[in-house]
Amino acid sequence: MDRSTTTLLFIPGNSPGMLKNAPVFGADCLILDLEDSVTPAEKDAARILVRHALPWLKTQGTEVAVRINPFSEAFLGYEDMEEIALSPPDVIMLPKATKEEVQILSGLLDEIEKKKGLAETGIKIIPLVETAAAVVNMREIAGSSGRVAGLLLGAEDLTADLGVKRTRRGLEILYARSKMAMVCKAAGIAAIDTPFADIRDEAGLHYDAHTARALGMTGKAAIHPGQINVIRKAFTPDEEEIAYAARIISAMEEAEKESRGVLALDGRMLDAPAVAWAKQTLEKAKRATTW
Amino acid sequence: MMNVINAAGREIPGYIEGYGPVKPFGGARVGTKEALRSEVKVKINQGRSKLLPSLAEAFEQCGLQDGMTISFHHHLRNGDQVMNMVLDEAARYGLKNLKIAASAVFPVHAPLVRHMEQGVVTGLVTSYISGPVGEAVSRGILERPAVMQTHGGRARSIEAGELKIDVAFIAAPACDPCGNMNGLEGPNAFGVMAYPVADAMYASRVVAITDNLVPYPACPVEISQEYVDYIVQVPSIGDAGGIVSGTTRITNNPVGLKIARLAAGVIQASGLLTDGFSFQTGAGGTSLAVASFIRDYMKRHNIKGSFAMGGITGQLVDMLEEGLFRCLFDAQCFDLRAIESLRKNKSHLPISTSMYANPHNKGAVVNMLDVMVLGATEVDTDFNVNVTTDSNGILMGGSGGHSDTAAGAKVAIVVTELVKRRFPVVVDGVTAVTTPGETIDVVVTERGIAVNPRRADLLSKLKDAGLPVVSIFELKEMAEEMTGVPDKVCFGDKIVAVLEYRDGTVIDVVRVLS
Repeated sequence: MDRSTTTLLFIPGNSPGMLKNAPVFGADCLILDLEDSVTPAEKDAARILVRHALPWLKTQGTEVAVRINPFSEAFLGYEDMEEIALSPPDVIMLPKATKEEVQILSGLLDEIEKKKGLAETGIKIIPLVETAAAVVNMREIAGSSGRVAGLLLGAEDLTADLGVKRTRRGLEILYARSKMAMVCKAAGIAAIDTPFADIRDEAGLHYDAHTARALGMTGKAAIHPGQINVIRKAFTPDEEEIAYAARIISAMEEAEKESRGVLALDGRMLDAPAVAWAKQTLEKAKRATTW
Repeated sequence: MMNVINAAGREIPGYIEGYGPVKPFGGARVGTKEALRSEVKVKINQGRSKLLPSLAEAFEQCGLQDGMTISFHHHLRNGDQVMNMVLDEAARYGLKNLKIAASAVFPVHAPLVRHMEQGVVTGLVTSYISGPVGEAVSRGILERPAVMQTHGGRARSIEAGELKIDVAFIAAPACDPCGNMNGLEGPNAFGVMAYPVADAMYASRVVAITDNLVPYPACPVEISQEYVDYIVQVPSIGDAGGIVSGTTRITNNPVGLKIARLAAGVIQASGLLTDGFSFQTGAGGTSLAVASFIRDYMKRHNIKGSFAMGGITGQLVDMLEEGLFRCLFDAQCFDLRAIESLRKNKSHLPISTSMYANPHNKGAVVNMLDVMVLGATEVDTDFNVNVTTDSNGILMGGSGGHSDTAAGAKVAIVVTELVKRRFPVVVDGVTAVTTPGETIDVVVTERGIAVNPRRADLLSKLKDAGLPVVSIFELKEMAEEMTGVPDKVCFGDKIVAVLEYRDGTVIDVVRVLS
């Protein structure tokens, strides 16, 4: 899990059929959910199912995360961790996270890794930013453990906490998104945008994902496999960008060949950030799958 | 007689009791150069009324006797009542030992099981069988094996006189007093009349059964008076609502959409999706989704296709009306939009089943197909496809046009989920071979695409397009990783169905479940 992870797909942890098919949709990371998509009566069954699905899912070429229940709700989060410890995923997602809870989780993961003989701090944490307090403390949460590989914005809970309406335009989460983009960039971790709730509104998702990318978010979570391609496209350079990046790289190579210190394209001087952008753009385009 | 291994690698007896000597399948593209068409003795009628008051009277006039072969078409699909009413009447009439030559059998034909139990019906020749009749045949209800043909194979065998029909009973949504029929008018309009064309032309006697007697002449004429001996008017021939085949809505199942997107990618990468493109796809959510992706692509790239064929749905009608195809060849209407289009649009062309797919005529349309999109219950590592039995060995389908279109199309693509109902779809050996692997070019699943090694040309095109190509063996391993290797189905010795390839050779047999 890093800033190159663009598509993350939530899969209900209590659905064997969906768990079986989860790897086929091309998401960079699967999030096996034990929280919102699982009813209280199904929690036990879901965590056992997820534990058994994990070893196979981890062989399917995508990263696998588990969203546990919050530590603040009864003992659910801890019970999830007890079961998941038997077959740990690549990433744990912690809802309604605080700095202290991330540190508790990190301690639990230390023990699990020791017990199972796994590499230290190999299991990463993605705290979910879902409250006004968490938005204010975002930087502290991001820095609370070396395991934190990114932050995920939970807009539904956040707007509920704020007491404002969630809209298609998304002005109500503009500040949270912008802050998350900056905090995560500064920390070198992934800034993952909130899921788009209306699975039938492809145009809305397109707008939402492009907005998130424009603000500096590095990826976006999906709640339906049909959202993956739209999100991937939004976070993948388009043909024009790719062509421009390729021209920058070939101009750079030519300048290097001719031992020229100054780089120019179409009469404009190009500096180091432009070259870095071009390299990043081509790398992203290469990784993006068409099908 | 000794068993033989046919060209599909299946061991079959040289002689089958109740069927006769076996011509083993020798390969899909081994064709004869000449074929004979059967002679028909015609009962001349230059003016007598053809209208009869009852089915019993029709039996009487046709000289229907024990042991004869009577035929039916399935354009009303699961809404058909004609086969049931004729057989009920045959039972009352005291007939025994009849052979049914039905182009397809559906769950609505469940009463046929009773007629089989009571010996009214002892033989069955069909191209598709689903529901209680399939289960009963699988359990050995018939003494002699059922014969499963392809759509094209059925037309061929009737024309060749191999399948001799004594009396053809033809359900007609509209019929005039001289026997001119069409499927376009009346309360049970089902559209094109393709399957009964060969029956009408080659049966010894032809009886039209209609619930809509129209003044002379019926217009248009799909099957003409020159072939029809008698007409019986009945209160209802069935329920045209039953023609809707499978689902007529594009799937919203994400796995189905993924498969469809990949299949559309295969078609694009094949290089065939250019002006003049022709294709066929079945109904069903995933197939409709493939057509939908193709439609978008053709619009975006301003491609004008030649024809689409089917199994016509409203979606193909839309593509015709949008100018994406010059015409539709229609062998069966799958929804009411298709019927409406057939009525009004001169570019929506009805065709007979022989024109559609007969391998021994002077040219079938399947040979002009660029791309065919097919389904599968099982596919084996030799690319053989089973759409005849389920994974438990019960008859639940049949070739229909599967083998015909696979043989004719330049690229035959099977689309299927890799695992269905916890059974792997890609297996070492299929339970029954419906369509030989040599005619299947590509298998598309949600977890990867396998290309038949015979098609090295396609393989490189698909790889160049970045499609997720794997070997058929890798697909099998992926499936088994999820399901384990299922136990083999246990069959007894008795053969319950003989599967004929389109040329009449035997490609496989299905044995009784033990």
